[in-house]
Amino acid sequence: MMMPNVANAQKVVCKIKGSDTCLPLSQKFAEVYGKKFPGSGISVVGGGSGVGLAALLSNTTDIAQSSRKMKMDEKMKMKEAGKSVKETIIAYDALAVIVNPSNNVSKLTREQLESIFTGKTTNWKQVGGPDLKIIVYSRETSSGTYEFFKEHVMNKKNFVSSALLMAATGAVVQSVSQTKGAIGYVGLAYIEKDVKALTVSYDKGKTYVTPNVENAKSKKYPITRPLYYYVSGASAAKVNPLLQFILSAEGQKIVLAEGYVPLS
Amino acid sequence: MKLRKIIEKFTEGILFTSSTVTTVAVLFIVYFLFKSGIGLFQVSPVEEGYSLGLSMSNPVKSLSSKQVKDIFNGDVTNWKTVGGKDLDIQLLTMDELGAAYTEEQLGADFENIPACINDYVSKNENVIVFFDNHYFPKKFVGHTLDILKVSVSEFLTGKEWYPTAVPAAQFGVLPLILGTLWVTFLAILFAIPIGLVTAIYMAEIASDRIRQMMKPVIELLAGIPSVVYGFFGLVVLVPAIQQLFNLPVGETALAGSIILGIMALPTIITVSEDAIRSTPVAMKEASLALGATHWQSLKYVVLPYARSGIMAAIILGIGRAIGETMAVLMVTGNAAVMPKSILEPVRTIPATIAAELGEAPFGGTHFKALFALGIILFIITFIFNTLVEMIKKKDK
Repeated sequence: MMMPNVANAQKVVCKIKGSDTCLPLSQKFAEVYGKKFPGSGISVVGGGSGVGLAALLSNTTDIAQSSRKMKMDEKMKMKEAGKSVKETIIAYDALAVIVNPSNNVSKLTREQLESIFTGKTTNWKQVGGPDLKIIVYSRETSSGTYEFFKEHVMNKKNFVSSALLMAATGAVVQSVSQTKGAIGYVGLAYIEKDVKALTVSYDKGKTYVTPNVENAKSKKYPITRPLYYYVSGASAAKVNPLLQFILSAEGQKIVLAEGYVPLS
Repeated sequence: MKLRKIIEKFTEGILFTSSTVTTVAVLFIVYFLFKSGIGLFQVSPVEEGYSLGLSMSNPVKSLSSKQVKDIFNGDVTNWKTVGGKDLDIQLLTMDELGAAYTEEQLGADFENIPACINDYVSKNENVIVFFDNHYFPKKFVGHTLDILKVSVSEFLTGKEWYPTAVPAAQFGVLPLILGTLWVTFLAILFAIPIGLVTAIYMAEIASDRIRQMMKPVIELLAGIPSVVYGFFGLVVLVPAIQQLFNLPVGETALAGSIILGIMALPTIITVSEDAIRSTPVAMKEASLALGATHWQSLKYVVLPYARSGIMAAIILGIGRAIGETMAVLMVTGNAAVMPKSILEPVRTIPATIAAELGEAPFGGTHFKALFALGIILFIITFIFNTLVEMIKKKDK
């Protein structure tokens, strides 16, 4: 008699909406959790971090997945609406700086990256590469990835206005792989053989760190960002088993398998 | 008899309701667009919930959002540039405050931050403070800075589009408007000659068998989803253009306009072909009876007769191209720079809206700016539609 009750308590029916960066991960969580506790129904929708947080405000989702921290005015809107929101970090994502494989540059310092992405350095020979114009690829202005890169690599300065803004991470990889002078940034999970990931130095060139899961996990690799789940107060009890699962060793194993960086 | 009348009345009622509902729905969408978009001009470009402040002795009283952006971007480093004293500008945000004071001084729950800000500002005349209102001192020892609201002229003539820049977003849509018109213009340049030639061939020259084969193929063009065009462009056209012109990047205005040109073709071809075919047989026969050849009748009778229909076709084609989103988003590179050549990346209005709306905070300044872009696009297409109506009227 006890067993079905336990299973029932673990059953979660909820909606997750928001960031496209978190999308593959959340889908995997939903799939594995659904198999483990039959009767669960977790629907996962993308659309962007802003969309997810707006949906949280309008009560059309239980969890907002976000690749950026909630903005001040979003927090204020929540407060005005009399809602409490709980923030949970579910995983980390490391961003790798990528160039075309034909480029002989293989390491850059943060200062050089800032100078390239703000448009002050315009030719690869200025950073020890071939005499080739630098083509800056970025994600769209409103993507959480864009914000993060700007804040943590470019010292909050703005991207050069001639940067090519791509709607999807896949498009950045595609373009960098077919453009000789290109430089871009993508999540670890997107690195493939058609592009070359650079080692990055945050101590003015003393040590260069390779972007990979181990270095991100040990915090050696500096360009690492948290991925968030925002849960509204009203749904907190309902989705708690799912959050527990995600934070458990089993859930974090999924994080690793999907190419993201686990919490510990 | 009576029953028939009732049925007729009933049908009339249904027709009336459905057309009224459609009209109301359209008007509602337009109202919503304008209401959200115009809201942009009532807000400050500084993110809600944040304040900017200067020291009391700083003579600068207000800054435009562009100046604020330049200061925080490190492009403007002296107060003299923005009308103040000859002093280096010093930023004060959480990072600098954390470096200047120990954690003890800031307080366990950061409750002393306001006091620290006041302390710092009273000691440093050249400082500009940017903090969220939660920490910004209630009794600030300096003066808070007025940021001018986004003005319509600034919006339309600004050359920088940084909708998420902190502390002050930049909403200059000129590069986007010009980018849209530039790509559309080039697309039409490709599409008009090809479209007209095809239409004339199909209407006047082609045998029935060839026409019956070509017509469905051209109509098929209209049925292909735009994302498929975009994908084709990204994988085939973009690398081809890059190699052909030996460019650093293949994502260019040219790639976008070729794709758009192909997408506008079905509209141009079908509408102008119909116009050409609607020339009365009697007129053509009269021309031939006067001794004109087939080509002469085509040039002097058929085409002048179909002129207004052809114009309408072209304008409808422009309308199709100007609002196209997905294909352009994928192949033009989306760099918000003023278009200078056809071999450089551009950013169009529809692509901007599609790419940014998903992540913009709901109801925020950026969100409103995207609706304002929607208004601009609406006005442009409205003008083109009015032109079509005018041409049709003139024809009657």
